[in-house]
Amino acid sequence: MKMTGAQIICECLVREGVDVIFGILGGAILPLYDTLPQYPQLRHILVRHEQCAAHAADGYARATEKVGVCFATSGPGATNLVTGIANAYLDSSPMVAITGQVARPFIGKDAFQEVDITGITLPITKHNYLALDAASLARTVKEAFYLARSGRPGPVLIDVPRDVFIEEAEFHYPDKINLPGYKPTLQGHPTQIKKAAKLINEARQPAIIAGRGVILSRAYTELKQLAETAQIPVITTLLGIGCFPESHILSFGMLGMHGMAYANMAVSAADVIVAIGMRFDDRATASVSGFAPHARIIHIDIDPAEIGKNVPVDVPIVGDIKVVLNELNKQITLTKHIDWLGQLNDWQKKHPSTAIRDSQGLLPQFVVRKIYEVTKGEATIVTGVGQNQMWAAQHYCYDKPNSLISSGGLGTMGFGLPAAIGVKIGCPDNIVWCIDGDGSFQMTLQELATITQEKAAVKIAIIDNGYLGMVRQWQELFYGKRYVATPLSGPDYVKVAEAYGIPGLRVKHKEEVVPAIEQAMAEPGPFLIDFVVEPEENVYPMVRPGAALSELIEDPAARAQVLSDSAKLPASNISA
Amino acid sequence: MATTKHTLVALVEDKPGVLNRMASLFRRRSFNIESIAVGHSEIPHLSRMTIVVDGATTMVEQVRKQLDKVIDVVRVSDISGDDIIARELALIKVRTTPSTRSEIMQIVDIFRANIVDVGSDSVTVEVTGDEDKINSLFNLLRGFGINELARTGRIAMSRGGSSPLQVEKESASTRRRKQKG
Repeated sequence: MKMTGAQIICECLVREGVDVIFGILGGAILPLYDTLPQYPQLRHILVRHEQCAAHAADGYARATEKVGVCFATSGPGATNLVTGIANAYLDSSPMVAITGQVARPFIGKDAFQEVDITGITLPITKHNYLALDAASLARTVKEAFYLARSGRPGPVLIDVPRDVFIEEAEFHYPDKINLPGYKPTLQGHPTQIKKAAKLINEARQPAIIAGRGVILSRAYTELKQLAETAQIPVITTLLGIGCFPESHILSFGMLGMHGMAYANMAVSAADVIVAIGMRFDDRATASVSGFAPHARIIHIDIDPAEIGKNVPVDVPIVGDIKVVLNELNKQITLTKHIDWLGQLNDWQKKHPSTAIRDSQGLLPQFVVRKIYEVTKGEATIVTGVGQNQMWAAQHYCYDKPNSLISSGGLGTMGFGLPAAIGVKIGCPDNIVWCIDGDGSFQMTLQELATITQEKAAVKIAIIDNGYLGMVRQWQELFYGKRYVATPLSGPDYVKVAEAYGIPGLRVKHKEEVVPAIEQAMAEPGPFLIDFVVEPEENVYPMVRPGAALSELIEDPAARAQVLSDSAKLPASNISA
Repeated sequence: MATTKHTLVALVEDKPGVLNRMASLFRRRSFNIESIAVGHSEIPHLSRMTIVVDGATTMVEQVRKQLDKVIDVVRVSDISGDDIIARELALIKVRTTPSTRSEIMQIVDIFRANIVDVGSDSVTVEVTGDEDKINSLFNLLRGFGINELARTGRIAMSRGGSSPLQVEKESASTRRRKQKG
């Protein structure tokens, strides 16, 4: 059956199970949009800036575990996607971006709104295509979705010239993929798994560092089985949060530059590290030479290029986490590490990194904790980037699988709001809270219009300290308190929300926090709360850039309080 | 960090942009590609590349893995440590005078090179061999005056029967036939 290129793309999208597309149209992609009404099962969400189309598709993909899809037109539409694509690439988020391109006769002639988007996105996509005829579109789209979701997921871009959308071709949906250069390894090597099991079984002070790979592979039960059988403490990376319940007795929080003191201590003291679906990012390892100095390292990852990239590894296992852990678990013996776990619990008592000190002023940590308490940990938290992100990671207890959505690798300020829209559209039954900073929020706040137009019930908590806070913290600690370009004014966020038709509140005092969050929860639609917090509050613990994980700085005020107040020590990670 | 010369060989799909994708991985790490040679392989629609780079072994291994991730790269292997045959071809245009021509021809003979073009005041020499041989010949001819030099860069292969780039030839070539048909 003959179809236009645009129809072929839509047919393929339907067959790939796509139900939502985020995007903005323009001249070059207009023929594709013109075809959308023929496919009512494809819901299009109009965003207000293409960067947010990519972030929303990314958020959607992370929350639904499906491929996120975004559309943009040629030229500026395509270049605006770039940050969002790079963000998805660094966090291995499955995404297909379809961009319009100028018609074939105009390519390479600097035509109006022409840009070489396949060239530009070459290093930030898993693969990309310039579709030069309608006949190859079906195969291209099929390959794109397969590449995006299989192996180590990532974004794939398809650039389609305007006249290819209109060109007619016979539509055949290919039943098979044949990519001779792409064969992800799923089964771990049996010898390596055996070696890993031996190391784990003989370890005295083992620690698991789990990353986003566990979530991508949906290996929650396998990870839990490994941890419980061998009694190994589980530490996560930022993006690994939500792969293991944080209230579990074996959970010891996040490691890294702003990780829990006890997590960093455990990694520094461990004799065996089982690194699962993580890539030894420098924010997680701190100084590589000081990372886990006593440990032999087992690294399980689906991407062979991650093995040995940042940290030398003793036992590499390339494969799908779920498959590998299943095999590994068969060879793990029941073990107890009473002394080691006792040591960790002792560190946790002496260095309760999640404790919040008493304060007259409104502390951002307190706000996050109260969001946790009021939502009973049922929410999906989406964050901006900066201090807000670290507090959200530290002070909410993530028990639900995949309940934190955050920009890790690229650290994209402005990610929070559009990603939260994607999460809410993808999972309408989830309670979605966007915990954002005032700096981050102002980068993409135009998406409040999308929230209103699409009736997306996102709850927004702005941690408003009037600074680009994380940079200010660096200036305070490492640049002699010279606050260059970090003081930040903003609009009246409540009035801004109101202007977009979204109810909101400003909160300045501790006692108003819980009622405000409760009011937001009672509201069926979106709600915004501007939390005006202590302006110069810092994120602790902190590992200085260049220092080892073990050389961490703790909150001086909170330390003093803990030492004088050791009777009221918390039993679990989360304590008021 | 100490750097050494590495020879990478790759089988890649014969598609636009492949070279760009591969070169980009070297550029990102500021690796200078010393030579790169591309041509058909024994499998239809797959090209073979030989890339010579100077770099620390761990960095080159990292790039090799990244190259392997490029979807259009079917296989890539660092054969520097193997027993390999490496060859290069050069065309050298040498200035001649009636008095130097015979001396040049003698040198060319010794190197088992060929004269492939003769002009009134120049000859063009074609030489095949490893880099050292070509360098030696070039150095000897330099005294006569060199008008032009073109070198292909290294192509290489492991000795013996096995190939580091063995692929299921069937699947790679049938796929292309299907697409064409």
